[in-house]
Amino acid sequence: MSVRRVMGIETEYGIAVPGQPWANPMAASGEVVTAYARAHGLRAGHGAWDYSDEHPLVDARGFEMPRARAHISQLTDAEDPSLANVVLANGARLYVDHAHPEYSSPEVTSPRDAIVWDRAGELVMREIVARLAQREPGINLYKNNTDGKGASYGTHENYLVSRATPFDRIVSGLTPFFVARQVMCGAGRVGIGQESERDGYQIASRSDFFEAEVGLETTFKRPIINTRDEPHADPDRWRRLHVIIGDANQADVANLVKLGSTSLVLRLIEAGAIDRDLSLLYPVESLKVISHDPTCRASVRLRDGRDLTAVQILTEYLEMATAFVEREGSDPATDEVLHHWERLVGLLAGDPMDAAADIDWVAKLALLQRYRDRDDLAWDDNRLRAIDIQWSDVRPAKGIFHKLEAGGRITRLTSDEDVMAAVATPPADTRAWLRGRIVEAFGPQVISASWDSVVLRLPRAGRVARLSMLDPLAFGREATEALVSAGDIDDLVAALGA
Amino acid sequence: MAQEQIRPQSSGGGDDAQPEDGFGQVGASNAARDEDIDSVLDEIDGVLESNAEEFVKGFVQKGGQ
Repeated sequence: MSVRRVMGIETEYGIAVPGQPWANPMAASGEVVTAYARAHGLRAGHGAWDYSDEHPLVDARGFEMPRARAHISQLTDAEDPSLANVVLANGARLYVDHAHPEYSSPEVTSPRDAIVWDRAGELVMREIVARLAQREPGINLYKNNTDGKGASYGTHENYLVSRATPFDRIVSGLTPFFVARQVMCGAGRVGIGQESERDGYQIASRSDFFEAEVGLETTFKRPIINTRDEPHADPDRWRRLHVIIGDANQADVANLVKLGSTSLVLRLIEAGAIDRDLSLLYPVESLKVISHDPTCRASVRLRDGRDLTAVQILTEYLEMATAFVEREGSDPATDEVLHHWERLVGLLAGDPMDAAADIDWVAKLALLQRYRDRDDLAWDDNRLRAIDIQWSDVRPAKGIFHKLEAGGRITRLTSDEDVMAAVATPPADTRAWLRGRIVEAFGPQVISASWDSVVLRLPRAGRVARLSMLDPLAFGREATEALVSAGDIDDLVAALGA
Repeated sequence: MAQEQIRPQSSGGGDDAQPEDGFGQVGASNAARDEDIDSVLDEIDGVLESNAEEFVKGFVQKGGQ
């Protein structure tokens, strides 16, 4: 039993041109991507992404949506040359997704690596903001998920899951967990309702935007369980669970527990070790009930008639995970996740405000509450809304979370050195290693790349070769670094059999 | 790998030995902690966008995934 599996985090950043709310966000996002590409000598055309293996309309429930019935935003494989797109030296993808710049982390194999390479994305965005600031008015970026005025944009997690696991078992095992886990990893938000129709504070910034239990959509009628089935791996062995319910985290502990606890619950589901029925009577409504109660005392009705709080539901899952680990054995990565998961559940069961050093929504609420007390502010005060937005500004001098963290008020699990190294270096134990190293070492020869392929121009052979990398756990440092370092792309491709 | 680090100065004795866990609690009685939190607010006051209303109004996003 281990938290280890192939995983990654995609984050769409909020974008603002200071003083110009009318600025075109697609164009501004394009500037963000191309600014980074230019500075690092990377190719940023839309053609730089290989779409031949993308199937955004394939549904995990076993059918494919006809293209004619799809919403335009679902056609993520369509060519649009105006959209910038680049593969980074760390194996990540930086591109324009709809109207936001998105950093998709490289594939990693542990929650700790996931948060390191997710934070590397924050440094990428921070560098871009600094570069663009040299010309007025610049562009600012925010690691958040809503503008509080009706728009939401995603932070998605991806987990490679055994194809043998029936999808309905994933749905039933995961739904109560996803409804409850927000108390451990919500980012917090001023305003209730998609357009902040009501004043107040809630735990998760995206909970009001979820309207369905299961579905293929990601930009409207958002479902708690997303069924996009695009494994970017051998489809007979793997599915990629695309998790769209969740907030962008800045706090290391919340982010680690989000990834780690979800991976463990998936392991329980794969092993058939979910030994109790926690099905909720009204999952979508329960999501909002829990998010709207920062005391964490609200309970939701289960199908069997019991009323449980989010913390009680999480405790049930924690008990199953702990028992399974005791039977099957553990490893350091799993012990670390269980330690923090248990700690957070304990803090939330007591006074949730005691988790202010560990969980984004609690840290934000603690600060806002001090402002409310000091200046006698009501929840509709623009100063509180401004703090909510500026909370996630990626600039160290402006981002309020960064200020608190730099002041030692937030628990760090990562080091600045590890995160800085992850901007330039791919994870060593997945195919992201080869993807990033090829981009770094043979950039001019790369015609396009994707999660599972690189298309290369071979100077000596005088032909184009497509290097297929369908196994996410192959093509790591050990298997490929000597070939890359040798410096000959023709030899590299020949050795890998493409 | 990185070590877990929470606020190095929270250990040790003396008047300001109060741990940081209660940060932000309403009506905290410890004077040293209040002073500490107020210094954080002062620091954040210094970086807050000057016109909150305009800043909030100007933060308009298009929906994404």
